[in-house]
Amino acid sequence: MTSSALALGDVLAANGEGFPAPGLDEFYPEPIASFSVLGIDFEITRITIILWIATIAILAFLVASVRRPAIVPGKLQFLGESGYSLVRDGIARDVVGPRGLPFAPFLASLFFFILANNMMSIIPFAQISPMAKFAYPLMLALICWVLYIYIGIREQGVGRYFRDVLFLPGVPKPLYILVTPIEILQNFIVRPFTLAVRLFGNMFAGHMLLVVFSLGATYLFTVGNFSVIFFPLSALMAIVMTLFEILVIVLQAYVFTVLMGTYLNGSIEAEH
Amino acid sequence: MDVLAALTGSIGSVGYGLAAIGPGIGVGIVWAAYIQATARQPESAGLTRTYAFLGFALSEALALIGFVVPFVFGYA
Repeated sequence: MTSSALALGDVLAANGEGFPAPGLDEFYPEPIASFSVLGIDFEITRITIILWIATIAILAFLVASVRRPAIVPGKLQFLGESGYSLVRDGIARDVVGPRGLPFAPFLASLFFFILANNMMSIIPFAQISPMAKFAYPLMLALICWVLYIYIGIREQGVGRYFRDVLFLPGVPKPLYILVTPIEILQNFIVRPFTLAVRLFGNMFAGHMLLVVFSLGATYLFTVGNFSVIFFPLSALMAIVMTLFEILVIVLQAYVFTVLMGTYLNGSIEAEH
Repeated sequence: MDVLAALTGSIGSVGYGLAAIGPGIGVGIVWAAYIQATARQPESAGLTRTYAFLGFALSEALALIGFVVPFVFGYA
């Protein structure tokens, strides 16, 4: 039984005791299987399986869309190619810069992986995005963090990269007391942190909104007094928020990739 | 000490509401400036998009920190 079903059971069982608001239990479903490797506990939960399904689905879609490439693309090929060109031309070429094209495959993988996983938050029966668990966006942000520092060192050399980051060129010398700590914080802590939390926060809040409105509709419908007249409002909001969620899903996948693009741009091209 | 008023429940949600004011205004200004720049000079859209996203990310960082703080200090 999933945690959403448990929350629904709470709502149905509440007779006149007030609305049992859904809590963080939503994000900790019962483990289906668990094992331990080298003292680290692993749990396969519903969310892990959703992640696998989303990854396999997006892989199957991308492979199918380029399987038989035609000069006049079919519907599937058109969809796959325009998705890839959005990342390749819109981000790798225009944001990262002329030397950004080698990063197009990485950025495209990032974009499609996040998009597919976010999409699971509105697919019926899944209806939770793995990105609403902090561990997944955190791992993605850490990969990006290591990559853009590594690329910066590779392209500019250790000394020049860190000198340009720590001591921004063109700043009056006394101001370094102020600027350098901000730059360190900005480049090495705030960037990966916000990258992870932005994605997590949006998917987490989106899921909570949907749960609150759907459970609220159920509660108002079953509570058994005049409250039933407010039930359509809550049900309508659940549908409207699902549509709004589609916008957030695509936007967050795009924003994550664009920001990674700007960070790569900063690593490849020297500040001045 | 006499208690005049007490507040129970999640004070973190109030804190997040306060923390979201500044970034809300900031993000609005960033995108408004981007739209204005694009309307005045449409061919600069690609050039300024990077800066728009950077400014947006920087302003939003404060809202995101506000979002996490209740979790961190609520369960510490």
